[in-house]
Amino acid sequence: MTTRQTLTALRRAIALAAVMIMAVAVQAKAELHLDITTGNVQPLPIAVTQFYGEAVGAQIANVVEADLERSGLFRPLDHRAFIQTPDQLANGLPRYGDWKVINAQALVSGTASVQPDGRLKVEFRLFDVLAQQQLTGLAYFTQPDGWRRIAHIIADAIYKRITGEDGYFDTRIVYIAESGPATARQKRLAIMDQDGENNLYLTDGRVLVLTPRFSPTAQEITYLSYFNNRPRVYIFNVDTGRQEVLGDFPGMTFAPRFSPDGNKVIMSLAQNGNTDIYLLDLRTRRQTRLTDNPAIDTAPSFSPDGSKITFESDRGGSQQIYTMNADGTNVQRITFGAGKYGTPVWSPRGDLIAFTRINGGRFSIGVIRPDGSGERELSTGYLVEGPTWAPNGRVLMYFKEKPTGEGGRQRQVRLYSIDLTGRNERQMLTPTDASDPAWSPLIP
Amino acid sequence: MRMKYLSLCAALALVAACSSTPEKKAEVATGGTATTTTTPPAPKPTGPVPGSKEDFVVNVGDRVFFGYDKFDLTPEATATLDKQAAWLKKYGQVTITIEGHADERGTREYNLALGERRANAVKNYLTATGVDLARVQVISYGKERPAVLGSNEAAWAQNRRGVTVIN
Repeated sequence: MTTRQTLTALRRAIALAAVMIMAVAVQAKAELHLDITTGNVQPLPIAVTQFYGEAVGAQIANVVEADLERSGLFRPLDHRAFIQTPDQLANGLPRYGDWKVINAQALVSGTASVQPDGRLKVEFRLFDVLAQQQLTGLAYFTQPDGWRRIAHIIADAIYKRITGEDGYFDTRIVYIAESGPATARQKRLAIMDQDGENNLYLTDGRVLVLTPRFSPTAQEITYLSYFNNRPRVYIFNVDTGRQEVLGDFPGMTFAPRFSPDGNKVIMSLAQNGNTDIYLLDLRTRRQTRLTDNPAIDTAPSFSPDGSKITFESDRGGSQQIYTMNADGTNVQRITFGAGKYGTPVWSPRGDLIAFTRINGGRFSIGVIRPDGSGERELSTGYLVEGPTWAPNGRVLMYFKEKPTGEGGRQRQVRLYSIDLTGRNERQMLTPTDASDPAWSPLIP
Repeated sequence: MRMKYLSLCAALALVAACSSTPEKKAEVATGGTATTTTTPPAPKPTGPVPGSKEDFVVNVGDRVFFGYDKFDLTPEATATLDKQAAWLKKYGQVTITIEGHADERGTREYNLALGERRANAVKNYLTATGVDLARVQVISYGKERPAVLGSNEAAWAQNRRGVTVIN
């Protein structure tokens, strides 16, 4: 199957219907709720049972369970401790005592059945064990190959019902897959689900590509390509596979990001030893210069409302983070700590800016408020770089590189995710070395 | 192929000899100077053909080195560039691409900009000494194409470089 066919098939699977299942109308007061805004969250013990019916039901439950577990906010319980069986759950109410006795606070049950028209119907229910009530229940219809997305959508529904925040499981990651020795590294555009499944390579590695970013609809990717040894910003259409150079600039363009409305791309232009930030309107193709300074101005990122831009500049003598209005006015420096700060990325919630800091020979990933207050370090290492936000603004992904060892041992670079609290650092499973991750919005 | 490899080693040994950190020569890899491997085989006993890419690499020196996060030219660098300019005047038909490179101790996009600064520092010096602007192109690779493997100062010093590539 080609990339295009696979992606089209995936997109077709999106044509699903969600139907609310009758839930108990009464809302209990002492309802199950996990406050994830505090520093130290105890993972919620949850029983995710196999979905009854089709064999795929067990796989769906596994994906739901893995999503919830990886968030660090849930602690799925061992299935061997379960007393009530999936068929009993499918054909009656939960026996709450059976779940309370194994310390489950939440219970997920479900069914998977094939409809006469060939579609798969997946139904799930989420129960509060202590309050003895159903919290939510939904049914979905999909083509059979859409089961994995349904599982992520169910995990998002559970996450949202219990934390009050939007989930981030029905999302994808675009990144750079790396292979070969550092001196002749092969880099390919690659895309995968946020749990590492459905990995696809979008380019073949003959041309150096870097720094991909999703459009707000996740249908397009903007990135840097060295096609014909002319490093320029391109757009890749995920549906058609079409690649197109962006703008007509006299020098290297790089560091592209979409505006929140998807109608513009901001990027850097390097020319005659000077790097400034430009805005390209995708509809009119008009180019606007936003910074005009002999310094390196790069790594721009829009605020979620599109009114401001954060970027890095060494205009003050070293690489630091600044904010400005979207028209280039009102430039403010926001980082003043020791060392250098770069790669600012505005949170989708607007409340924080994530960055890479280089200080004393170490790299770290941190966050800071847009006014420059509240700086916090989340992860540190020989080289950690390039944070990207999950769409709910609660989780970050970045790449972490281990140094080349003595005797030329190959360096290793992998993707990691971490909670905004600085806890729950997890390595992403990628087939090869990986860098430059960018998290998609929730798939429309 | 064997001859090419040997002459490449000779070139790199020369480079290492004029840099301030010559250690770990054995680990020098071919990526940063890969263009030299496309040279037609040189006649065996006589060394590089005058005016060839190999001649430039072996007898002139194709690269200059920079300090950490710096793009100003050291006296050592300008001495090398003076020799490059003289060679380029002698062989007035060749065009060049100047590659700017950075070590791995910076962020990717900043290093792309820094590499572009370094390539332009070399370009500006060469054109100021009389090399025709029309013969010169620049490209930055940031930290994407290290010449030397290694996560130590000796390797980084060799990777912070401007390389003049004969097209």
